[in-house]
Order: sequence, then C-alpha cells, then structure tokens
Amino acid sequence: MPQPARRRASLWRVLLILPILAVVAVGCFNRAGPSLWGFPFFYWYQMLWVILCSVIVGFVFLIEGKAADAGDDA
Amino acid sequence: MTPLALQPVALAVFLALFVFVTVLGFLAARWRRGDLDTLHEWGLGGRRFGTWISWFLLGGDLYTAYTFVAVPALVFGAGAVGFFAVPYTIIIYPILFAFFPRLWRVCKRHGYLTAPEFVRGRFESRSLSVALALTGILATMPYIALQLVGMQVVLAALGLQGSGIWADMPLFIAFVVLAAFTYTSGLRAPAIIAVVKDLLIYATVIAAAIVIPMHLGGWSKIFAAVPAAKLTLPVPGPHSLGSYGAYATLALGSALALFLYPHSMTGILAASSGRVIKRNAALLPAYSLVLGLLALLGFMAIAYGVAKNPAYAAGFAQYKGNFAVPALILSAFPSWFAGIAFAAIAIGALVPASIMSIATANIFTRDIYKAFIKPHATDAQESGMAKLVSLIVKLGALAFIVILPATTAIQFQLLGGIWIIQTLPAVMLGLSKLRLRPAALLTGWAAGMVIGTAMAASTAFKSAIFPLHLPGGFLAPGYAALYALIANLAISLVLSWILNAFRSEAAARNDPAARFEF
Repeated sequence: MPQPARRRASLWRVLLILPILAVVAVGCFNRAGPSLWGFPFFYWYQMLWVILCSVIVGFVFLIEGKAADAGDDA
Repeated sequence: MTPLALQPVALAVFLALFVFVTVLGFLAARWRRGDLDTLHEWGLGGRRFGTWISWFLLGGDLYTAYTFVAVPALVFGAGAVGFFAVPYTIIIYPILFAFFPRLWRVCKRHGYLTAPEFVRGRFESRSLSVALALTGILATMPYIALQLVGMQVVLAALGLQGSGIWADMPLFIAFVVLAAFTYTSGLRAPAIIAVVKDLLIYATVIAAAIVIPMHLGGWSKIFAAVPAAKLTLPVPGPHSLGSYGAYATLALGSALALFLYPHSMTGILAASSGRVIKRNAALLPAYSLVLGLLALLGFMAIAYGVAKNPAYAAGFAQYKGNFAVPALILSAFPSWFAGIAFAAIAIGALVPASIMSIATANIFTRDIYKAFIKPHATDAQESGMAKLVSLIVKLGALAFIVILPATTAIQFQLLGGIWIIQTLPAVMLGLSKLRLRPAALLTGWAAGMVIGTAMAASTAFKSAIFPLHLPGGFLAPGYAALYALIANLAISLVLSWILNAFRSEAAARNDPAARFEF
C-alpha cells in the first residue's frame, strides 16, 4: 500500500505557544498604565495580542507551506 | 415602572432583515446543490466550504448572540474580569492550528461526521463513544437555550412585550422559522445566513466604536467613568493566586473546551481541506478584535449611565446586566440603526442555534441511532432521523427557556463547559499514537465529570471558579473545568500505562492506533 508522504510539524510551531503564554501571565499586564489612545494597558495589551496571535499563526502557516499538508485533497 | 416603549422604526428594520435571512435560509438548499437526503450533505454541507465560507460559518458559530449580550453585560457588572473573553479567543487559535487539521484529515479519510464517531473507530470502544455522544448532547442543549435568552432581550428592547400566552409569541415565531429552514437546508442555511449576520455585526461594532466615544468625548472619558476597582483585576493577597488564577484558568479552560463542542466540530469538519482550517486559524482572530470592542460596550453603558435612565428600568429589572447593551444601543443610535444592531444580535442567535441543533442531530444519528438502534440504516433513513432530531432538540431548548428561569439555563451552560472539556483526552490525545486504553479514558472521563460537577455544586452552581486549597496553605482559585480535566488526564494516562503493562504482545501489536496514519 502506498504510504502518503510523511508529514512533519516544523519547529516553527513552538512559536504558537507565545500568544498563550502572553495572555495567561495575568500579573504582567494587570495595570492601568501606560495607556494608549485612552485605553488602559490591561485592555490594549490584550487587544494587541489578538493581532500578534493572528500574525504568528499566519507566519507559521506560510513558512510550513504545502509540505505540511501532504496527502490533503485540497 | 413604565413598560419598555415600542420602537416602530427599529422594529420595521428588524423585521425586514429577519424576513430577508429567512428567505436566504430556504434558498440555501439550492446552493452548491447536493443530495440533502444524505447526512453528509445535510449535516456537513458535503465538506465543501472553502476559506471564506468557513470563516463566516465558524465566526457565526463561535461568537454567538449570547456572547454579544453576556460578555459586555459581565464587563458592565463586574468589570475587567469580563474581558477574559479576549484571551480566551486568542488561545483557541494556536490550538485550532495545531490539532484540528489533523482531526479533519482523519475524519475525511474514514468518513466520520462527529467526534464520538472518530473515537469509536480510533479506540474501538462503543461505550467510550456513547459517553462522549451523551456529553456532547447534554452540553449543547443549554447552549441553544441561551441563544434564546439573547434573542429574548433584544425582542424586549424592541418593545415586543405581551402578557400571558403572547409574552413568548415573537420568540416562538422566530424559532419556528429557524426550525423550518434548518430542516430543509441543513448546514447550508446557517453558512449563508452567517455572512449576513457577520456583516451586520461588524457594521454595528465599528459604528459603536466610533460614534459612542465621539458622543462621550473619547475613549479616555469612557474608561474614566469606570470605578477604579472595575478597571483592573484585584491584586491577589499573599499565598493566593486570587483573581489572576481565575482569569487565566477561565481563558485557558474555555479555550480548550470550545472546539470540543459538537457545533464547533461540525463547523471544522465542514471545511473543504486542512489548509482551510489553518488559514482560518490565522484569519478568525479578526472576530476576537470585534469581541474585545464589544466587551467594552459594557464600559460605554456605564459611561452613558443607562442603568439610571427610567426608560430602561423595566428592562434592567427583568434582564439585569444583559439589558446593558440593548439600552446603550437605544440611547446612542438613531432608531433605524438600532433595528440593524438588534437584527444582528437576533440573527446572531439563529446561526449558532441552527448549527448546534444540526451537530446534536448528527451525533444522535451516527453515534446512538446508527451505532445501537439501526446499524443498517440507509442514507435516507439517517438524514430523516437527523432532521427529526434537530426539531426535537430545538423544541427542547424552547421549552427550557419558556418554562424554567433564565438563570437555570445559565447554570446548565456553566456545567456544559465543565462536562464537554472531559472529552478532551479521547479526542485530542486520540490524534496521537499514544497507546491509550478505552477503559482508562472512560474512567478518566467519569472522574472528570463527577469532580467538575461536585466543584460547581460546592458553589451552589453560581460560579465556575473553585477555590482550590494547595498544600502549604496556598489558595489557587481556578476554573473547575480545568481542574477536573487535570484529574481526568492523570487518570487516563496512568491507568493506560498500568493496563499496557499487563497486555500481551500480540494484543499490543493489534492496537487500533496502528490503523491510523497521523
């Protein structure tokens, strides 16, 4: 039986842990200052990590490329 | 107390949009036409949704009407802790990226439509599969009921408040519509309607984030109106993780639970490829940004002083903090725009409620009906059963909300999160070659269910946060679901290790894991 090409999760995936660590370390961002555009730190820090999370996941997706999905139908 | 005023303009806009999505829902049956008499087409849209449709479908699925009402309500009432929805909806995406394309691939290759079906194949255990199926159904029912709570609040804000049998009439009509288009079009209906719903939600939130701060003199004025105690989390005392532990574990536990819910699983499995799921893990955070802004509507409601406005007293008396957002919308926007915003919330209830009922129907059909009652059911019998179950599930949710007080639905939904996370070891570790044994997983699941429920019971089902006392007098308050999951994982792993030590070599070689290519 032909085996599909072996898929390997790349080391880049370690990066995926960053957004999680950044938002569970509550003690590091639970303060009001410095504020940005009127948003206290607590709020803009977490909103910023929404964007960084998207960027990091997108980066890992692009750098792994199609090889990571060998055997997929599409 | 004066009753809530009827809003004729808002109501007209609301009804027009509602009729529009109803028509769309029925037309959806013809979209990318497939044989709706098979479960694969009715309940999973034929696994044909590409990046954009999946984006709308998952967005509509995960960010529900109840979220839109309850998250700002929590921020309005309790302050910073309500913002946990943002880290929660950050953590889900690395998890989605890392695990679920693999689940998609396995399910596609073996034709699985549900998570319990995957587990039945992966561990060759019908008892483990049925435990997971029942957990999924049980956890989803109150979630559907809560969507109705979101809709009820909006209908009340429009001034639709009758008495006696008329009181629930608008809700009843909305539900008949929902049931009918789900029955005829299956998953295609919420997929199409989700596009409309999301456009309306984005319009509402962006308008609110621009217009309301302008009214109030900028964001800094809004935050300045919030009492300091609500603006950040209380700093924990010595020997305690305090509010930090609660905040972080709520975010982490909710995130781990999310994709185990049947409706999220259905949304994921309906994608056309693993890459579609990965792309969405990068694109879906756009919704989290919207959710963050939505959460802040709670603070805007404080700054607007809606709670003191006598026009809304009746709404707050009945719906408590959940009325904050509707009251804010009514006071900050012209009537026609309030109609759009309310339609966004109500349609935002239809989409997930529809997907949830389809997901539970898929599970009942594949994992109980076909697995135990009628193993040789034809395609048509399968889809017929699923359509029927989707109706029953929705009727159940409607009865739930009409007969029982809303707080009961909220308490059950809290338990639902604690229960559904107990399916994690079988589903997510099942995606690896780990030689886990079904008996161990079932024991771990049972222990997790009991421990988690007992933790919630110890707070009289009022809070999901359990004050865990660690040795050395250290207090770690945390999300009960996560603590129960840790016990479940420990039992599943240790018991599997013990069972494997006593296993014959031939049996070990025959482990079903060997038949799965990960």
